[in-house]
Amino acid sequence: MTLETTRRLKHDTPDTDRRLDGMAQGVLGTGMDRPEGPLKVSGRATYAAEAHPEAMAEGYLVRATTIGRITGSNADAIRAMPGVIEVIEDERMIRNAAQGMAGESPVQRQGQVWYVGQPVACVVAESFEQARHAAQAMMVTIEPDGTHVFDAEDPAAEVEKPEQKQLDQGDLEGAMSAATFSLDATYHTPSMSSAAMEPHASIAQWDEDGVLTLRGSYQLLKFNKAELADVLGVAPDKVRILSPYVGGGFGSKLGLAPEAVAAALAAQALGRPVRVVLHRRQVFETVTRRSETRQRIRLACDAEGKLSAIGHENLVSQLPGEVFSEPVAQGTHFQYAAPNRVIGHEIARIRRPAAGSVRAPGEAVGVTAFEIAIDELAKKAGIDPLEFRLRNVPDKHPENGKPFSSSTMEATLREGAKRFGWTHTPPRQRREGEWWIGTGMAGAVRVNMMIEAMARAVLTGQGVRVECDMTDIGTGSYAILTQVAAEMLGFAPDRVETVLGDTDLPPASGSGGSFGAASTSTAVYLACMELRERLAAKLGVKEPELTLKDGLAIHENRQTPLAEILGEEEWRALGHLQPGKAGQEVRQATWGAIFAEVAVSDVTGETRVRRMDGTFAAGRILNLKTARSQCHGGMTWGIGLALTEAMEHDPRDGHMVNRDLAEYHLPVNLDVPQLGVHFLEERDDWANPLQAKGIGELSVCGSGAAVINAIENACGVRVRRLPATLDQVMDGLIAQG
Amino acid sequence: MQFQLDVNGERHALDLDTRTSLLDALRDHLGLTGSKKGCDHGQCGACTVMVNGRRINSCLTLACMHEGDEITTIEGLGRPDDLSPLQRAFVEHDGYQCGYCTPGQICSATAMIEEIKAGWPSNVTDDLEAQVEASIEEISERMSGNLCRCSCYPGIVDAIRQVAREEARA
Ligand code: FES
Ligand code: FES
Repeated sequence: MTLETTRRLKHDTPDTDRRLDGMAQGVLGTGMDRPEGPLKVSGRATYAAEAHPEAMAEGYLVRATTIGRITGSNADAIRAMPGVIEVIEDERMIRNAAQGMAGESPVQRQGQVWYVGQPVACVVAESFEQARHAAQAMMVTIEPDGTHVFDAEDPAAEVEKPEQKQLDQGDLEGAMSAATFSLDATYHTPSMSSAAMEPHASIAQWDEDGVLTLRGSYQLLKFNKAELADVLGVAPDKVRILSPYVGGGFGSKLGLAPEAVAAALAAQALGRPVRVVLHRRQVFETVTRRSETRQRIRLACDAEGKLSAIGHENLVSQLPGEVFSEPVAQGTHFQYAAPNRVIGHEIARIRRPAAGSVRAPGEAVGVTAFEIAIDELAKKAGIDPLEFRLRNVPDKHPENGKPFSSSTMEATLREGAKRFGWTHTPPRQRREGEWWIGTGMAGAVRVNMMIEAMARAVLTGQGVRVECDMTDIGTGSYAILTQVAAEMLGFAPDRVETVLGDTDLPPASGSGGSFGAASTSTAVYLACMELRERLAAKLGVKEPELTLKDGLAIHENRQTPLAEILGEEEWRALGHLQPGKAGQEVRQATWGAIFAEVAVSDVTGETRVRRMDGTFAAGRILNLKTARSQCHGGMTWGIGLALTEAMEHDPRDGHMVNRDLAEYHLPVNLDVPQLGVHFLEERDDWANPLQAKGIGELSVCGSGAAVINAIENACGVRVRRLPATLDQVMDGLIAQG
Repeated sequence: MQFQLDVNGERHALDLDTRTSLLDALRDHLGLTGSKKGCDHGQCGACTVMVNGRRINSCLTLACMHEGDEITTIEGLGRPDDLSPLQRAFVEHDGYQCGYCTPGQICSATAMIEEIKAGWPSNVTDDLEAQVEASIEEISERMSGNLCRCSCYPGIVDAIRQVAREEARA
C-alpha cells in the first residue's frame, strides 16, 4: 500500500507567498493547447450517450401535456407495441432537474404534474426508434387541479418577498427628489435557456452488488451522486457517476436531471443497462431555465454625475417547491457607490417550467439591465458614460464597508477604453447607407467564490497523474489542472496525465459559478505542495529552496533526476481546500469593461454587432487560450441576450412554445465578429494560493448592455425590453421620425 | 432492412429499422460516435458529415437511402496522432471548448473550403462572377449552420482561414 498524505487548507487569510511566481517550469499562464484537444477534434472523445454496454435498452421520456393529478395511462397498450420492454411510471421520477449543489432529490412525480412538459413516464424498448414511437403514442390521463397562473406579472400571481433579500439603506425617495438628475425605469429580460449543445444523456447499469454506474453529462458530480442516491433511496456509496467529457453545461447540468433517474429506475426494473437521451425539446422543458425578470431601477446623481441613490427592485418567477431564485441584484450590492440604497427581490410562484442557475445567475441579467440604466442616467446628465462610471467607482463595499479583495473596475474601464479607441459621441451621427452606426459600453462584474475541493496527485520518476471528480465542460479543466501540476512538480505538460469525471476519485468542486478552476486548481496545488515537501525532506533541503524543472530536482547547485529520487516508487498526496473566512472578510469579485460597435438598419430595425472588445481582470490567468475562449463565449452570450434569445411561454398554460434550436435563437457564427479579449495581469491574494479567480461568467455580465447602449448611440432607440428584436427597434425608429 | 454503407472507405453490412437516421446508424450501429446529435432536427449542424464530398446533416436523412454513397465522418478525416490540417488548426486556435459541436464544425468546414474553391457564391458574396475569397465574412456566413453554444466562433473562423489560406497557397 502506497503512503498517501493530505495537505489541508482552511482558507482564512490572504496568501501573500505567491509561490507560483517562483516556480520554474513556465507552463502555467501560457496559452497551452488543451491536452484533450486531439481527441475532441478527431471525434474520439466520448460523451455521455456514447458507450454501448451489452444488452443496452433504450428509454424515451413521455411528456405531460397539461397540469393536474395523474389518474391513469394507456401503458398496457404501449407495452404491447413492437419492441417495447417496459413502461416506467415510477413515483420516484423527478419533475425537473435538481438545483445546483442541492445534494438531494428535487420534487418527485408523486402522481402530480406541475407544469406542461413535465416527464411523467419512460418507455423502454429494444431500439431507439421503437422507444420513441411508443413514447409518442403513450397517453397519460391527467385531471385538472384548479386554475393556475403562468405570468409573473399577472396580478393573480402568488408573490413571495423574502425578508433577507430586501435592503433599505438611507433615504432613496429623498435622494431621488433632491437629485439634479434621476432615472426611474423598468427593464425586462426574457425567460432563457442554457441550450448546451450536448443534450442530457444517461446510461445506467446496476451490478450484482447493487451498485449503480451512471454515465451522464453533469457538472457537479459529488452533488449529483448524492442527488441520485437520495432519489433512489440508496446509500451514496452505491452510486458511481462518470462524466469524462461534458458537451457544455452553462448551469443546465448542475443538478441531476430527469433522464438520469429514468435510466436508473428502468435499468433496475429490467436488470439490464438502459440509456435515456433527452430530445432537444425535452432539454428545454425539463432542465432549469433562466427566469424572466422585471427590474425597476431608480438612480439619482448630482450635476457632476456622482450617484446619490441606487434602487434595484426585481421580480422573478419560479415553480412552487424550488428554493433557488434568480439573484438579480447580486452585483448591484457593490458595483457602484451611493449612500442611499434600496434592493428588492420578489418571487412569483407560477407554472412555467422550473427556473435555475444559467451561466452567471444574477449578474447576467442584473448587471445588464443596470448598465443600461447607468447609460441612460449618464446621458441625462450629459456625461460620457465611461467618465460617469469612473466617477462612481466604490473604494469599499458600499453597503457594509468591507474592503474589496482587489478592485480593478477603474483599471479595466480605462484599459478597455484605450484598446477600443472609445470616444463619446451623441446619438444618430454616423450613417452608412441604410445603417446607423454607433458605439456603446458597459462595465462587467461578477462575484468570486470558492467551494470545497479535493484532488490527488500521484508522482513517479517519470511524471504526475492528477485525479479528481472534476468535470471539464469546455472550460479547460484538463488543461489548467495539467498546467498547475506541471508547474508545481517541474514536468513538461506531456508528462502529466489528468483524469477527471469519475466519482470514485476524490471529490473536487465540480464546474459551476465560476468556482471550478480556482477551487480545484487550489486542491491540486496543495497536493503538489505536499509532494514538494516530501521531495525536499528526502533531499534534506527546505521546500522553498527546491527548484523542480523538466523532471529534475535542483538544489544547492546539484541536479537530481526525480527518476533517481523516486526509483520505482509512486508518491501520492491529497490536497483539500476548505473555504474559510477569506470569502467573508472581503468582497471578492472579478471586473471588466465591454465596448461594442453596432450597425442598425433604418429599413428593417436589424442590429449587427460589428466590433466588440472586452477587458477583464480575474486574478492570475491560468491558461491564456482557454480563458480567452471563455470570454468569447460570455461576450457572445451577451449578444444573444441583447439581440436574439427569448423563450416564449404560452399565456394559457405556460408551456415553452419555441423549445427548439430553430426557434430559440442562439447567436450563429455570422452574428459574432472577431471579438477582442484582453486580460489585466493581477494577483488576488485573498482568492487562494494561486491568486486566481473565476473567468467563465464575468464576460456575460454586461456585454448585452454594451450592445443595447450602442443601439441607442447608433439610432437613438432605447430598448428596455430585451432582446432588441427588429419590431421593437423599428417602432423606435418610426417614433424618431 | 438489409443494406450496405461505405463509411471512411470501409464497407459495412447493416440490418436496421428503416426509420434509423444516418446519424444513428453511424453512432449506434457502427460505433462512429464522432458525429454528434445536438437536435435531431437539422437545426444545429452537430451531425454534419460528408456524403460524396458534400456536407449534410446526417440526422435529416435515413441510413437506408445511402447505399452506394461515399460517406466521410470526422473519424475519416484524421486520428488523434494524425490530425488533418483543419483538426490541427482547431486545436491551435482553440476553435472549440466542450468539443460537442466540433466534429460537425470540422466536417462542415472541410467541405465548405471546397465550395469556396469551386466558386460557389453565398448570401454575403457581392460579386457573383469573381473568385470567392475565404474572408472572415464569407467563412462566418457559410459556417452559420453549425451552432456552437460555447461560442467559439472567433477561433473557428481563425482556424478555417488559416487552412484555407494554406490550401490556396499550395
Ligand atoms: S443533430 Fe442534426 S442538425 Fe442537429
Ligand atoms: S465547443 Fe461546445 S458547442 Fe461548440
